[in-house]
Order: sequence, then structure tokens, then C-alpha cells
Amino acid sequence: MASSSSGKFFQNPVVKWIEYRLPVFSFIDHSLGSNYPAPKNLSYWWNFGSLAGAMLTIMIVSGIFLAMNYQPNAALAFDSVERIMRDVDYGWLMRYVHMNGASFFFIAVYIHVFRGLYYGSYKYPREVLWWLGVAILLLMMATAFMGYVLPWGQMSFWGATVITNLFSAIPLVGDTIVTWLWGGFAVANPTLNRFYALHYLLPFVIVGVVVLHIWALHIHGSNNPLGIDTKGPQDKIPFHPYYTVKDAFGLAVFMIVYLGFVFFAPNFFGDPNNYIQANPLQTPPDIVPEWYFLPYYAILRSIPNKLAGVIAMFSSILILLILPWLDTSRVRSGRFRPVFRVFFWIFVLDALLLGFCGAHPPEGWYIVLGRVATIWYFFHFILLLPLLGWFERPLPLPTSISEPVLGGGRAPAGAAARSMEKR
Amino acid sequence: MRKLVVTLAASAALLSIAAAPARAQEEKLPSPGWSFDGPFGTFDPAARQRGFQVYKEVCSACHSMNLLHYRDLEDIGFNEDQVKAIAAGVQVQDGPNDNGDMFQRPGRPYDAFKPPFANDQAARASNNGALPPDLSLIVKAREDGDDYVYGILTGFSDPPAGFKLMDGMNYNKYFPGHQIAMPQPLTADRVTYADGTKATLEQEAHDVVTFLAWAAEPKMEMRKRVGTKVLIFLLGLSGLLYAVKRKVWRDVH
Repeated sequence: MASSSSGKFFQNPVVKWIEYRLPVFSFIDHSLGSNYPAPKNLSYWWNFGSLAGAMLTIMIVSGIFLAMNYQPNAALAFDSVERIMRDVDYGWLMRYVHMNGASFFFIAVYIHVFRGLYYGSYKYPREVLWWLGVAILLLMMATAFMGYVLPWGQMSFWGATVITNLFSAIPLVGDTIVTWLWGGFAVANPTLNRFYALHYLLPFVIVGVVVLHIWALHIHGSNNPLGIDTKGPQDKIPFHPYYTVKDAFGLAVFMIVYLGFVFFAPNFFGDPNNYIQANPLQTPPDIVPEWYFLPYYAILRSIPNKLAGVIAMFSSILILLILPWLDTSRVRSGRFRPVFRVFFWIFVLDALLLGFCGAHPPEGWYIVLGRVATIWYFFHFILLLPLLGWFERPLPLPTSISEPVLGGGRAPAGAAARSMEKR
Repeated sequence: MRKLVVTLAASAALLSIAAAPARAQEEKLPSPGWSFDGPFGTFDPAARQRGFQVYKEVCSACHSMNLLHYRDLEDIGFNEDQVKAIAAGVQVQDGPNDNGDMFQRPGRPYDAFKPPFANDQAARASNNGALPPDLSLIVKAREDGDDYVYGILTGFSDPPAGFKLMDGMNYNKYFPGHQIAMPQPLTADRVTYADGTKATLEQEAHDVVTFLAWAAEPKMEMRKRVGTKVLIFLLGLSGLLYAVKRKVWRDVH
């Protein structure tokens, strides 16, 4: 099914000359081109991986332009950001693109993760692919946290103070570690300097892990809405042009929403307090992290013991690493798991509820709600998923991807596919 | 695709409820309606210039605007000579000169707005211990900042019966806790507008908020203009890409 257009491309003498010495074109063709076969039934939920990649690119490019004008110095940082907003040509655009880009990067990634959760994309043989995804998520969170500190507003400063203080919960060495992280005895200029250095470094580490993530993806190919293995060429289409054009369309639509916020509600996701310069002597009424951290913040605050709260917060992400073994069902797609499907949506609501609790001060009902939601979060992974695999009766799986689409009109193809079935 | 759109819309709705921060607002803020609201809203140029007059004649006695320069006033309709004249109205310290001495000179357009106090300590000493905040970003630094500043400026009154006001504090309906160190700054006819607009308290507050909103977000009009073009382009591009996608995928299934 290799398209003839790429064949013509490879006849170009310049391309041939380079290709003979460094086969970069065939590498691209095998990675994202006409020689990379993908399941033909991927839905629009599969767009969010490439969208996350696009957001990462946008963040790096806009970030480099911001870095050219930003001053990582506690006395200058706040004003330098405002100088970017006021005096640098299109600085306001770069800054709002970067600021809202963080939110939309997380939106794309969270949808990507929940898609994986629903369709069982973490299961055999894609466990390492899933681990690499968890690593990317953790790196993103570290990068976003440190990036939020850089404008040196009130929320930057106090958010940094609260989060770095979490490490003081570690027994014996906690306080020493916090001092080491700060480079002093409080969040101050040395902290800002190192956060800036790391905020510039980590995105490139993310790029590295993304390369591994895509490498792992290419070994067994994409999962698909049916969650069954592809059985042969009749189940596949070349990535280019089919998914390149589908991803391009998805990207354009995503950009409409994202840039809609950039141009018409650029401070929607922000906190007004961050337009007040950091003041170590004045604590804001309530310290709230960015929206993408709210569920973890709620878990942290739901547990009365600080150390236990910190452990629970980190565990809420780290538990994803053992998810491939916690989920004992051999059926990947939630489409064929009637009970799992219900609990999946309850889990989505639970995650939103945690975010809701994280946005409110821990008083009254919010504490109770937060605790119930926290317990449910871990219950879902630790008890529900292992048990569901044993007790749930999945619906019958289709024999191949082509079969349900063709309506069984091609029996020989289906029969051939069945003999290739491994599991 | 419909399922995807429905799910995303539902999640977005839930998220916006979830992310709405708890507001400790006791009084609903008044809103006179702003020219700069909405996707095509722009700053009312006359109100903005009158607002600058209010800031210059009243607010600037105590409040700095450190992020603004006199040259920025060209953006709100003053010509070069007017800006030069406004800047020359203040004395700024410059130097050192060739003898190593600091000296005073009239302000120039590239100078930042001259702050009323030399430093925070001086500001506190002159204001009963309270620090008048810098106003450059005040509209963005408060929840619903435009309505909030308007509310503060129009919200002064005598305290209700039984309300215990601390020494040197003033009652304000919209200030958190209702006790504000700032005495009522604006009253009717506090300024005299050159364009004949009647200087009621509401008019003055409205005008100065328009000026402060511009000061907090001077590129807003440009942002909305560019944004409109970008979104129109993207809508067209999405339509084209969708058509291409349909054509490419025609023979699959």
C-alpha cells in the first residue's frame, strides 16, 4: 500500500544522493510516512498523541523567544515579563501562547492518557510504551511547576514555597533536602535561577523520552478502538496520507480552541494574584496551584498526615506504572467490557471531583468529598481493576478489524486472520 | 466523531465548574458595562484620556504606575508634543554627570512614570502605615479587576450601625473586610473635564478604570484584532483539511 507519490519523491537525484549516505528520508517514511502501517479504525481520540507533540513543539519554540527577553533574577523577573508583554514586538503573543500552551498541553495529554485507560493501551505488549508515557507526564509536571515560578508573581512564589516544602515531610533528612532545593533558607534568587535552568533543560529531556515513546509505539503499532491485534494488511492503512491528514485536521480544530483562549481569554486559566510581584512577607489568602495540579493537590490535602499525604500524592501517578498488572482483564478495549466501562466513567468523574475539591479551601464538605474521591481513586486501581478482570464477562470480540467494518462479507480474509491469532 | 465532541463538551463544562475558585466576595460587584469587554471590545478613547486625567490629578498623589512610560501615552491619543509636555511636568533624577554628581532634569518621554514616593517605606510613612499599591496591573491583579476597582471607588459610605471601624480606616462596601486605609479619593467634580463631560463620581470612576484597564493590558486591541484574523484563517483551514481528509479516506472502510 506504499503510496506512489513517495516513490516518486525517492527518485529525486538530490534525495537519492542524501539517502545513499544518510537514509533520513526512508527513516521518516518508516516513522510517520507511507511505510508506517497503522490500524485503519483509529478514531479521533487517537489524535491527541500528535496534538501533545505539537504542543510540546509550540512550547519549546515560544519558550526560546521568551528566554531571549526574560531575566532570571528575583529583582528583575517580574518586570522583565511585563516588559515582554509591553515593549517586545509580539512579546505579548509569545507569552500568552506559552502560558496557555501549558494548559492545552495538559489538556491534550490528559485526554491521551484517559484514551489509553479506556482502550487498554497500557496492556501487553505495550507496557514499556506506557511507562515512557508516565515518565513524560512526570517530567511535564516538573517542567510546568518550575515554569510557573518564573514570572515571580505571588502565586509563583507561594506555590514554589508550598510544593518544595512537601519534601520536608521526608523523615530525618527532609529539612536538609528542602534547603538544598532552595539553595538557601527560603525560596529566593538561587531557587529562581536553578528553576530557570531546569525549566530550559527538562523540555529537551521530554523530547528524548518522546522519541523513546514513539520508538516503543512503532514496535507493536498503535492500539485501536477494538483493542484487538491487526491481523494483516487488510486491517492497516499507511500512516501517510491517511493519518497525517487526519492529524492535520485535528490540529487545526485544536488550534481554534487553544488560540481562541490565547487571543480572547488569555488569563482564563491564570490566577490574578500572579500579576502581583512576589512578596515573601505577604501570604495570599489561599494558595491554589494551576488547574492541572488540582486533583493531586486534593489528594495531598485529604490526608491529615503530611508524609502520608505526600506519599499518596506521588503514588496517584506512580500507580500507573503497575497498572498493566493491576488490570487483570485480557480484553483491552472498554468497548467489550460492560462493567469496566461504567467504572471508567465513574473514575473520570472521580478525577474531576478531585480537581473540584483541590480548587476549594479544605473546609467542611470539601474535606469529606476530597477524602471520598481520594479513596475511590486508589480503590479503582488497587481493588476494582484486579477483581473486574476475574468477575467481568466481556462481550465477544470481533475476529479482526476488517470484519466488523465489512460486515462479514469477506469470509476468507477473516479466516486467514484468525489463523494468525496469537492470544 | 460526535461522541468525541459530546464527551469533550461535557468534560469542559464539568471542568469549568470544578476549576471555578471559591470566591469570598460578600457583595456583588457593580458593573457599569465596559467598552473593552467582549471579543471585539475596544477602549473608549475619550474615557481613557479622561481617566488619565483622573489618575494624574488624583490617584498619582499616592499610587505609582511603575510599568508605564510617558511615551506610552502616545497610544492613548496624545501627540508627541503633548507627551513631551506631560513628561516635562515632572523633575526626575539623572546622572551621574561628568563631575560625578546626580542632578535633576525635566522628564522626557522615555522616562517611566515618576512615582509619588521614593520607596515603600516613605509611602507607608506618609499613609498611616498602609502601602498604596502600584496601579500598573491592578485591573489584572484582582478577580474581575475592572468591576472591582470601580466598586472600590464608588463603594465608600458611612459604616452601618454597629460596625466597628479601626482608627484611621474607612468603610468601603466592596473591600474585603470593609475596612480600607484609603480615604475616599473621588467625589463629584473632583476633576474638571476639558471635553465638558459632567464629572460625577460614577463618571470619574468609569473613566479611570478604562485608563487602568488599558494600562494593565496595553496590547488588548491589537490582540483581539490579530486573534480575529487568526481564527478566521483557522476556520477556513479546518474546512479545507476536513474536505481533504474526506477525500483521502473515501476508499477506506
